[in-house]
Amino acid sequence: MSEAVITSVAGPVIRARREGGFSLGEAVHVGDAALLGEVVRLSGDEITVQIYEDTTGLAPGDGLRGSGLPLSVRLGPHLLGNIFDGLLRPLAPEAVAQRYQLRPLVEPGERLRAGAVLAEVEGPAKAQSLLVPPDVAEAELTHIEAGEIGLDDPAARLALPDGSTREITLAHDWPVRRPRPVTRRLPPDEMMVTGQRILDSLFPIARGGRAAIPGGFGTGKTVLQETLAKWCDADVIVYVGCGERGNEMAEVLHEFPELEDPRTGRPLMERTVIVANTSNMPVAAREASIYTGVTVGEYFRDQGFNVTLMADSTSRWAEALREVSGRLGELPSESGYPAYLSSRMSEFYERAASVETQGGRRGSLTVIGAVSPPAGDFSEPVTSHTKRYVRTFWGLDRGRAQARFYPAIHPLQSYSEDAAGLVEWWTAHGNPNWRAQRGRILDLLEAQAGLERMARIVGKDAMPPTQQLTLLCAGLVDDAFLRQSAFSPTDRTCSPDKQTEMLGTLMRFFDLAEAAVARGVKVEAIAAAGFYRRLARMGEEIADGDPARFAALVEEMETEMAALGREVNDAV
Amino acid sequence: MRFDLGAGGAVTAIEGPLVFLRRVVRAGLGEAVAVEGADGRARLGRIVGLDEERIVVELLESTAGLGIDDVTVRFRGEPMTMALGPGLLGRVFDGVGRPRDGGPPVPEMVRRRVDTGTINPATRGLPKDFIETGVSSIDILNSLVRGQKLPIFSAGGLPHDRLAAGIAQTARLRGEDEAGFAVVFAGIGVSHDSAESFRAAMEQSGALEHTAMFLNLASEPSAQRLLTPRYALTAAEYLAFDEGRHVLVILTDMTNYCEALREVSASHGEIPSRKGYPGYMYSDLATIFERAGWIKGRAGTLTQLPILTMPADDISHPIPDLTGYITEGQVVLDRALEHRGIYPPVNVLPSLSRLMDQGIGEGFTHPDHPALAQQLFAAYARAARVRVLSSVVGRDGLTETDRLYLDFGDRFEADFVSQEAMRGFEESFALGWEILAMLPPGELARLSDAQIAEHIAPVLARAETATEAGDG
Repeated sequence: MSEAVITSVAGPVIRARREGGFSLGEAVHVGDAALLGEVVRLSGDEITVQIYEDTTGLAPGDGLRGSGLPLSVRLGPHLLGNIFDGLLRPLAPEAVAQRYQLRPLVEPGERLRAGAVLAEVEGPAKAQSLLVPPDVAEAELTHIEAGEIGLDDPAARLALPDGSTREITLAHDWPVRRPRPVTRRLPPDEMMVTGQRILDSLFPIARGGRAAIPGGFGTGKTVLQETLAKWCDADVIVYVGCGERGNEMAEVLHEFPELEDPRTGRPLMERTVIVANTSNMPVAAREASIYTGVTVGEYFRDQGFNVTLMADSTSRWAEALREVSGRLGELPSESGYPAYLSSRMSEFYERAASVETQGGRRGSLTVIGAVSPPAGDFSEPVTSHTKRYVRTFWGLDRGRAQARFYPAIHPLQSYSEDAAGLVEWWTAHGNPNWRAQRGRILDLLEAQAGLERMARIVGKDAMPPTQQLTLLCAGLVDDAFLRQSAFSPTDRTCSPDKQTEMLGTLMRFFDLAEAAVARGVKVEAIAAAGFYRRLARMGEEIADGDPARFAALVEEMETEMAALGREVNDAV
Repeated sequence: MRFDLGAGGAVTAIEGPLVFLRRVVRAGLGEAVAVEGADGRARLGRIVGLDEERIVVELLESTAGLGIDDVTVRFRGEPMTMALGPGLLGRVFDGVGRPRDGGPPVPEMVRRRVDTGTINPATRGLPKDFIETGVSSIDILNSLVRGQKLPIFSAGGLPHDRLAAGIAQTARLRGEDEAGFAVVFAGIGVSHDSAESFRAAMEQSGALEHTAMFLNLASEPSAQRLLTPRYALTAAEYLAFDEGRHVLVILTDMTNYCEALREVSASHGEIPSRKGYPGYMYSDLATIFERAGWIKGRAGTLTQLPILTMPADDISHPIPDLTGYITEGQVVLDRALEHRGIYPPVNVLPSLSRLMDQGIGEGFTHPDHPALAQQLFAAYARAARVRVLSSVVGRDGLTETDRLYLDFGDRFEADFVSQEAMRGFEESFALGWEILAMLPPGELARLSDAQIAEHIAPVLARAETATEAGDG
C-alpha cells in the first residue's frame, strides 16, 4: 500500500507528500487513529485529502496509508431497520443482526449472469435477495450454502470464464460515487402513492421520479419528509439526515418501530434505513452521506424493490461542498459555491430511475430532496440548480405554515412534469376524470389569487356573487382537500380511492353551488349550511374505504341545496 | 505532553489575534497554548493551522503588549479542557471558565474537552416532557419540552432578558419541585448591567444557588466569545448528564457570538459567505445548539434557550436564518406588539416549536390541546390577513364574518398574548377557548363537533346567561 506524510493541516483538509501511487477518489487512513479520508487532488508528489472525521490533534509528520480502493460503503441485508453514519458505519452496532437464514433458489452447475438471484435471505426485517454481483458477466455456480450464515461468511462460489473463482458473501463493498449498473431505464408511468392529497391529486410523482421540497426554516420540510417516509407506498425507505438535527433522527428511531406499515402490517422501521450525518458531525462526511444514501437505494432497487430516498437537506450537502472547496482554495462561483455544484447535483439526481434490473426485474429509485434556501429565497443557486434536475417541485410557503396549514405546499408555485404521464394510471385506479378534475381545481386556485388581489382594492362585499362563490369554492378546496392533518389517524394518509371520492364530492358541490347562485341563492347562505362544515371536515370525519358516507354527504348536500333554492323562490 | 517554547526566535509574526510560530515542536491541530509576554501575563490560545514550517496560534485575549522577541509559548499538548466537579452552582465564571467571583477554583472531579459532545443520534432519547413556562403564547401555542433548543429571536430594545429571566424562574415540569433543577447562564459579549439584572432577578426569586454564570462582558476580547458558550455547555453537560439535573441553558446574545466568528474568520483571511460571515457558520452554530437533548439512561436533560437580536429586525438576516434551520423552532418577539404595550410581545405566527407535538395532548397536557392550538393559529392568521384588507378598504368594506375576525385578533393580542403575571396551564387553556368562542362555530373547521360541544358551547351559554342577567 502507498504511504504519505502530512505536510499541512487546515480543518478537514490536509496535504501530504506521497511515497508511492495514489489515485483520485482513493480511500485513505490518516494518522495513528486511522481517520478515514478521500484523495481529492493530486499534484506532483503532493496529495490533498479531505477527512471524514474530527481532525483535532493531527500534526505535520503524521503518516497516511492508501487503501488502493475508491471510497466505498458496505452493503448487505443488515441495513434495513438500522441507523448508520454518513459512511454507513452502524451508529447502534448492537442492534445490527449478524446472522441470516439463506434459502438457495438455484442449483450448483447453473450458468448465471450479473443480477441473477442466488438465494433468499431472511433476517429480522423483510426478506431480501442475494444476487450475482454487477461486475460478473457470466459464471457457473459451483457451490451454495443453505441455512444460517454470517454476513461475511462465504455464501456461494462462482467459477468465472477465465478460470478463477469468486466468493460471494451477504455483505459487499461498493464505491459510493459509482452508479450501480442496470439493463435499461423505464418510462415513469406508475405513480408513487404518497397518501398526501395535494401531491397525489395535484402534483404527483412517478416511481423513479425526482422531486424537490424547497422551503425556508419552519415551513415544514422535515414534517413533510417524515410524513412521506411513513405513508408512501415504497418497499424500502432510505432516510438521509444530512446536516440536520439529532433530535429528528431520534424521533424517527422512536416513532417508526411503533408505527405500522398499512400495506404489510409490519413495523415501518423494518422497511427503513437511516443514514444520519447530523449538523454537528464532520462536514466532509456530510458531503459523502448523500452518495451513500443513493448507493443504498440502488442496492435495494437491484433486488426489484421500489425504493424512495429522502434527502434532508441537499442544501447542507451543497454547503459542505462549498466549505471543502474553499479550504482547497478553488475559485468560487455563485454565492461562493464551487463551479461544479450544478454537475454534482445532476449526477446525484440522475441516479433516480425506474429500471429493468440486470436480473430482469422491475425496480425503482425515487429521490425526494429537501432544499433549505437562505432566507427562503428560491432564486439562490442550490434551489435554482435543483429546479433544472427535478421533474416535480413542491414549493413550501411560509404564510401557509404560519397558519399551521399543513402540508404547506403552495399550489401555484409547485409543478409536476410527471402528471401528464399518470393519467392512465389514475384511469386504471378508478378515476377516469382525474385530468379534468385536476385542471378545474388548479384553475380555481389561480382565479382565487387574482380575486384576492381585487378584494384588497374594492372590498369583498362589493364583488359580484359569482366571484364571491369562486372564493368560497377555492377556500373549501384549501380547507377540505389540500389541508391534511398529520395527527388525525383517519386523515394522515389518504388512499387514491378516497381521493377520488373527495374530488367527486367537491366537483358536485361546485356544480350545485354555481347553479344555486345563478338562481339567486346567497353565497353566505351556502357557507352557513350544515353540509358545508361536513364538507370542510370530510377528510378527518370519513375514513378510508367508506364510499357510502360520501354518497350520504352528497345526498345531504343535494337536499339542503334544493331547500336553499326553494327559499329563494318563496321569497320572490 | 506539556512543554515551553522559550523566548526569542520562536515567534515570526503577530497579526491581530494570530501569532505565527516556527514549527520546531510536534503539536496537533486544535491544541491549547498559553502565550506569555514580557509582562508575565499568560494569554490563552489554540492552534488553528499547521504546515511544515509554521504553527498558527489564535489568541483568545488581546495581543497588545506582545513582542516578537520576548514571548514564551506554553504548549498544553491537548485541546482546551475544563475542570469540573461539585460546587459549580451558585458561582460566577469568566468567559473561559475561571472564577470571577473571588472564590476558589472548582474542585476537579473530571476534566473534559470543551468542544466535543457530538451526541450519537442513536443514543438520544426523544424529548417529550412538557415544561410549563407560565407564558400563554408559549405554553399553549409553542410549547417547550425538556431537551429542546428553542431560541428567542429578539431585537435591540425588546424585553428578551426579562422574558428569559422569567422563564428561568418558573420553568418546571408540572407538579415538580425545585430539586434537581439548574440554570446555566452564558453572557456572550453582554453589557455589565444586563448581566447584573439577570443575576438580580435570579437572586430575588432565590434561584441564584441553582445558577452558574459564565460572563464574557462586552469589554472583553471578542475571540473569547467563541469559547464562552462552549465552556458554559461543558459545565451544563456535567450538571445534566453526571449530576442528573434538568438544566436550562440561557445563551445571550448569540448575535455577539456570530459577530466574533466573522471577525476571527476575517483575520484568518477566509473567503466570506453571506454578509461577510464565514461559510461554515451553520456547522459552527450547530456544534453549540446540538448539545441540547437528553441521553437514554441518564437522569438529567439539557434544554437551551438561546437569545439573539436580529440585526435591523430582519428575520432573514444570516444569523436568525441559520439559527432557525438548526434549532427546534423559535419564539419571535415583535416591535409593533411592544409598541402597543403588549408584554411579552410574542408574535405567535412566525414562532414555532417543532417538538411541541411530542409533549402535548393525551397524557401530557390535555387531549384537546393540539386542536385548540391549531384553531387559534388558523383564526389568528386569518385575522392578520383581514387586518391588511381592512387597512385598505376600511372596516365597512369587510364582510360580517371578517369583522368578527378583526375583533378576535385584537382580543387575542390584548388578553391572551399579553399578561402581567405568569399563568398556569389550565388558566391559559381556558382563556384560549373563551377567545375562540367569539367566532361562529361554523368557522371553527379545525375543531370536531365534540370539541365545540365541550369547550365552546359552555362559554356561549355563560355569555348568554350573563346577557340575560344584565337585561333583567
